[in-house]
Amino acid sequence: MAEFNWITALLGGMLIGVSATILLAFNGRIAGISGIVNGAIRFATGEGWRWIFIVGMLAGGALYEYLLAPQPTPISSFTPWAIILGGFLVGFGTRMGSGCTSGHGVCGLGRLSPRSLVAVLTFLTTGIATVFVIRHVLLL
Amino acid sequence: MKQNLVALIAGVLFGLGLGLSQMIDRDRVLGFLDVAGIWDPTLLFVLGGAVIVTVIAFRFVLRLSHPLVTEKFHLPTQKNIDMRLVIGSAIFGVGWGIAGYCPGPGVTALVLGIWNPVLFVIALILGSLSYKRYSTRSKLRD
Repeated sequence: MAEFNWITALLGGMLIGVSATILLAFNGRIAGISGIVNGAIRFATGEGWRWIFIVGMLAGGALYEYLLAPQPTPISSFTPWAIILGGFLVGFGTRMGSGCTSGHGVCGLGRLSPRSLVAVLTFLTTGIATVFVIRHVLLL
Repeated sequence: MKQNLVALIAGVLFGLGLGLSQMIDRDRVLGFLDVAGIWDPTLLFVLGGAVIVTVIAFRFVLRLSHPLVTEKFHLPTQKNIDMRLVIGSAIFGVGWGIAGYCPGPGVTALVLGIWNPVLFVIALILGSLSYKRYSTRSKLRD
């Protein structure tokens, strides 16, 4: 595993915070990715900004990976069933709970929302518990 | 038009942030969630860095009478902490622990040209549509 670099972690996080601030200040929108995706796949008129945000995200990711990165991002092992099961639960749970790490975490905590604090503590707890069970109980 | 330009700039910064912080590497995220293993604190710094910015900047932004290029703020209206919020977030956390991606990094990791994010995004959309269908049906029953 690559070394932990707190400077790029903090700077990367701050860029995400700046992005969320820009989207809220100029457009009045919350930078919650699950919400943006859910709105995008409705393909409604007037919601084109969601697709443009997603295209921007991909462009930003590519800009980092192919121009700025000191070394390529490590490629994780291909685990299709875990990805499909996990992805389904992430999609189901974020729509049910009205947000994900960005909507509740970055934006909700920024707004000092009690609902978002509960959401963040809940998904961190179940995420940690799930990895514990998978890695240290089931030994997968 | 201006709104779309803002969305593009915000999207680029978001993707850049997820790349720089290496959240697009799911092993790092799983390393953070694995508190009983070789713990990787990266995600704590990423979320911390983002929240430091939003906690300070949102104070000023939300004092504006309206956003700078649109007419009104679209903020969540629900205030109550209900079972839907808690159970939904709990299910999301379980999925996050299994897949190692949450929506932002999962979408951005599509640029790595590997299969994991592709399957993740498809499954994410199917999961989201399933909840929508399920909730519409249960509303009809009531």
